[in-house]
Amino acid sequence: MTGLFAIVLVAAPTLAVLAMLVAPRREFAEIVNLLASIVSFAASIALALTAPPHGVTFLSHYVIVDPLGAWIILCAAIVYLLASIYALGYMRTLDEDERLPRFYQLFATFALTIFIAPLMNNPGVYWIAIEMTTVVSTFLVAFEQAPEAIEAGWKYIIVVSAGITLALLGTVLFYWNGTFVLGPTYDMTWAILRHAAPRMNHPLLLLSFLLVLVGYGTKVGLAPMHTWLPDAHSEGPTPVSAMLSGALLNTAMVGIVRYLAVLHGAAMVALPGQILVAFGVVSLVVAALFIVRQRGVKRLMAYSSVEHMGIVALGFGFGGPLGVAGAMYHMLNHSLNKSLMFFGAGNAMRSYGAKAMARITSFARHFPVSGALWLAGAVAITGAPPFGLFASELTILRAGFAGIGLWAAIVMAVLLIVIFIGFLNHFRLMYHDGAEPDSAPAPVSRWCVAPMWLALVPLLIFGLWWPSGFWRDFQTVAHDIAGVPAVAARQQAQTTSPVVPRRPA
Amino acid sequence: MTAFHASPVVASIFSLIAIASLLLAFVMLGSRWMRHYLMAFAAQSWLIAILSASVGYIDRYPELYVIAILTALFRGLLLPYLLLRIVRRMNVEREIVPVLQPSSSLVIGAISVVFALAVAEHIGTSLDLSSKVVILALTVMLSMKLIGYLMLAARHEAVSQVLGLLVLENGIFLGTQILVPGMPMLLELVILFDLLIVVVCFGVLVRYLMGQVGSTSTLHLRRLVG
Repeated sequence: MTGLFAIVLVAAPTLAVLAMLVAPRREFAEIVNLLASIVSFAASIALALTAPPHGVTFLSHYVIVDPLGAWIILCAAIVYLLASIYALGYMRTLDEDERLPRFYQLFATFALTIFIAPLMNNPGVYWIAIEMTTVVSTFLVAFEQAPEAIEAGWKYIIVVSAGITLALLGTVLFYWNGTFVLGPTYDMTWAILRHAAPRMNHPLLLLSFLLVLVGYGTKVGLAPMHTWLPDAHSEGPTPVSAMLSGALLNTAMVGIVRYLAVLHGAAMVALPGQILVAFGVVSLVVAALFIVRQRGVKRLMAYSSVEHMGIVALGFGFGGPLGVAGAMYHMLNHSLNKSLMFFGAGNAMRSYGAKAMARITSFARHFPVSGALWLAGAVAITGAPPFGLFASELTILRAGFAGIGLWAAIVMAVLLIVIFIGFLNHFRLMYHDGAEPDSAPAPVSRWCVAPMWLALVPLLIFGLWWPSGFWRDFQTVAHDIAGVPAVAARQQAQTTSPVVPRRPA
Repeated sequence: MTAFHASPVVASIFSLIAIASLLLAFVMLGSRWMRHYLMAFAAQSWLIAILSASVGYIDRYPELYVIAILTALFRGLLLPYLLLRIVRRMNVEREIVPVLQPSSSLVIGAISVVFALAVAEHIGTSLDLSSKVVILALTVMLSMKLIGYLMLAARHEAVSQVLGLLVLENGIFLGTQILVPGMPMLLELVILFDLLIVVVCFGVLVRYLMGQVGSTSTLHLRRLVG
């Protein structure tokens, strides 16, 4: 069954792209893309439910479906669905009607590459899948063809391609290290690398991990390799920004987590974790500084993505059941919440015709409904209760206080407060009844508001109630990373209950 | 694996090719004419193709012949041709305003080779490697990596940035042939193919740059800050 769901997941966007190539008409492309996103969303839920704890491989071990990969795909499919709904309203306001079929072809291809990457069981092929996501999304970023968009696209492909060659070097070194154990030719998979890791050369293992971390970290947007991220996220069309932030960054994080598991296999736990924690803290510092002084509305959201990827890195770096659970839950909540934030920012940008926050005033008076939704999202993204990100951030903080990362947890808590104040201050100014804009803001399509509801409601639910099914899933992954057999993990999951407050504190 | 206990003749052939590729990287670093760049890159790719073929012959990996032919065709002919077309169309014969003078970039390049050698020696000691070829391959791999980054940082022309990226990948490819000749062929094939797609994408983007920004110098890309 799992294999069937994986095929449906990949086939839906593939068929959509083919159909759009055959009949490049606007309405047809919109409907086909939406259908593909609905089908792949359904398939991703089924995949997450049926993924066996230890993972199952297909196509002579090239494809793996495991709880971690299925979870990332679920997050990506949610964003793809929301962004596809949003695109129906948003893309028509761009006056690019004749190029819209091309947009939807690229958009569905982008979703396809994002779905494929977490399914790859061979680290080399995973690298290629990640490279493919870059190639496709560059053209989405540059879609509007304004000089800024081209600049963002150029920076994106140069910085990310240059960074990701480090990951290729790391991959080659991992393979080379494996040849000392397994002989000159072997099929490299995550499981085989991990199995051979205890007998590999440890300093070389650490060097390779560092290379891979910096390489994929570029794609994840960890500071100081994040420089492409604010440009690409702010200059692409808004549905693309949501996909980049909510889906793509997680997809690259999978690689880091899987290599982390390989190092755990060699009983190297503390140092790799600390390195990941250090990158997380630097990302938080950089994000906090740029959020406080930010002027562009979509750049604000982009730096918030740097912040949240830093938090996810902290979660995986702290490790343990709490850290991994918090990080994975954070990925889901961040995908929902950041889509909501970008949708709101896109609406504001289009209706006021400005990218600068200074020109957006009296937002709630002009847009009571979407204004309220966006403001709720802003409160949620800064980690305030009762929304999902509060639960996941608290869990990650608890992991930090319990484990090795006491200092990092303290820094994280302080920076979260700074970001809370800085981020909401921008919203205060945008909602303030100040000077009227020169022309009345343009109305916003219903298609642009509906996905905001669809993102906010689950976010609220996940803040109040942490489903125990998720918890079991997270524990399986946590024990898989730490190297404890999955059977023990399941037993432990049944005895451990979710440790989050049921009510807002 | 045979590279670890190769005969002296074989070892010296491998070393010769590796060092010649490194020298070509320096040629690229020290020149500011696009055409010289492209020729040095093509020559480097041909050297790597020869290396693949000879590793395939000596270690008996017949699939490396295919890799060698494809490397020569893709990296040695097709990619330089595509880039040459861009250069001709854009009418950029050389770097107009280099950040670093060629002489200073040569010095920094030399320093990075020394650094790469130190790292490679360190890895070699920790692995108890007796073979000097492997350490040399590691050194060349790491220093071409550093030189590639230097080229990316110190050059502005869009085409030279693409070439910088290609040097990064050439370094990895060269090291791969000596360190892990048995790496599954599928992987190398797909990476070659991937490279072609990336370069085509760059071609399209360069055309956008020319059309919208009016220049192919990345010095003019400075709208997005903060």
